[in-house]
Amino acid sequence: MKTPKWLVPTLYILFLLLPIYWLVSMSFKTTNEILGTFSLWPQEFTLANYITIFTDPTWYNGYFNSLTYVGMNTLLSVSVALPAAYAFSRYRFLGDKHLFFWLLTNRMAPPAVFALPFFQLYSAVGLFDTPIAVALAHCLFNIPLAVWILEGFMSGVPKELDETAYVDGYSFGRFFIRIFIPTIAAGIGVVMFFCFMFSWVELLLAKTLTSVAAKPIAATMTRTASTAGYELGLLAAAGTLTIIPGAFVIWFVRNHIAKGFALGRV
Amino acid sequence: MIDKTVNQRAWFLVLPVVVLVAFNALIPLMTVVNYSVQETFGNNVFFFEGVKWFEQILNSERFHASLLRQLSFTGIILLIEIPLGVAIALSMPKKGPWVSVCLVLMALPLLIPWNVVGAMWNIFALPDIGLLGRMINGMGFDYNFTQQPLAAWFTTVLMDVWHWTSLVVLLAYAGLSSIPDAYYQAARIDGASAWSVFRFIQLPKMKRVLTIAVLLRFMDSFMIYTEPFVLTGGGPGNTTTFLSIDLVKIALGQFDLGPAAAMSLIYFLIILVLSWIFYTLMMRNEEQ
Repeated sequence: MKTPKWLVPTLYILFLLLPIYWLVSMSFKTTNEILGTFSLWPQEFTLANYITIFTDPTWYNGYFNSLTYVGMNTLLSVSVALPAAYAFSRYRFLGDKHLFFWLLTNRMAPPAVFALPFFQLYSAVGLFDTPIAVALAHCLFNIPLAVWILEGFMSGVPKELDETAYVDGYSFGRFFIRIFIPTIAAGIGVVMFFCFMFSWVELLLAKTLTSVAAKPIAATMTRTASTAGYELGLLAAAGTLTIIPGAFVIWFVRNHIAKGFALGRV
Repeated sequence: MIDKTVNQRAWFLVLPVVVLVAFNALIPLMTVVNYSVQETFGNNVFFFEGVKWFEQILNSERFHASLLRQLSFTGIILLIEIPLGVAIALSMPKKGPWVSVCLVLMALPLLIPWNVVGAMWNIFALPDIGLLGRMINGMGFDYNFTQQPLAAWFTTVLMDVWHWTSLVVLLAYAGLSSIPDAYYQAARIDGASAWSVFRFIQLPKMKRVLTIAVLLRFMDSFMIYTEPFVLTGGGPGNTTTFLSIDLVKIALGQFDLGPAAAMSLIYFLIILVLSWIFYTLMMRNEEQ
């Protein structure tokens, strides 16, 4: 007998959802129920964990901090990577290949290596504990990735497009903004997705570069383990809330992601 | 391929990227290099030590052990995630409404902050309150990942497979969807078996995206820190202390800046060399 084709993806998705279900279900339980009894779904359904998070500024500010630096990083990475990727895809210049390779090596740098020097560098320039510090630090791996993917997309656009526009009297700037950027909009979407993703999930640098004012939500979560015993319900609720922005972003790009992958470098 | 024109002014276009990345890469790297050749007794007084720290790290059993653990971990997850990801991508629907549903659900683990992944697996696998822990113990195995090295490894590997296989699936799926239908029709006319369709049509078309998948998974698993740190804390004992965890222990835990910096440089160099080897090997295969 042949196994039906949908079986493999279905089983895989079930495997993916199981830990997430456990987290979500735990977020609706009281700490007593989590530690005292073992139940597959919440027996005493409670929203107390979520209410705590939405009413305590030290909790909900974590979300704003995270979203602030992730947004800043995504915009910054994409806007500087666009002209650079254009240069790599269209022109030959002194040291271009070495430069491209050097950029990519930064994607291979372990964040653990840079944690301490980053702390000293950003303290020295007075940016420690600001979202700007984290947004800049995440450029280390997001800019190389953005340049790499965008270069792939741009190489797929025929050069005649540029030449026709210049003949028609477009200046470089006007051509780039009016014609070129709309042409590779799908690619920009994919790159923004990746920048958002890697900045949102990274914690080691984000945690090292902040202390109070700009603390990311993911770092706030580690607090529950140390203070006031072990508030697992609260931890689970905070974790559940960190999944939502990601899910929202995926839903947004769902139709482009496969196409984008296929068109671009990856 | 586009033939490129020589234009040195293109440097102006890459300048912002170079400045930003250099600020983030060169200054910290120089700091690391500085520490790696000096000894300090506090008060910002430094002495030049030459290659002493490098010799110390390269000869230390602790570093060898972490490196071996790291290599085994990366090897295991590559051997599981790459074939599994390809298999799932092959069995996914080609078109229709289920494609988006599959893609969205599969991409979900990729967008969860890494410490949440660790925390989630911690409460999922705990033998007393976790679903997975209960299930495994219910099947008659004695399982407690906080105390048994083997169980800790099993949980860490399972977590990484859960976390990252989807990336391979997405990439492989993108490679597959770029194959024109005509190829499959031709194969059907020739009476090709499923295996030869895979071997001669699908695999060659996926080669490029698979190269990227292997490289990304290799680099990222080699740098893994947050997830195992939150899940097991590197324990029990040192059994899941991978290179990054060890490095942070030395640098921030014991504040041995010299050895930590030397280790950082060796670590970075290993990733660079191995990535380069992977890349050349896979590219050479492509040329043949």
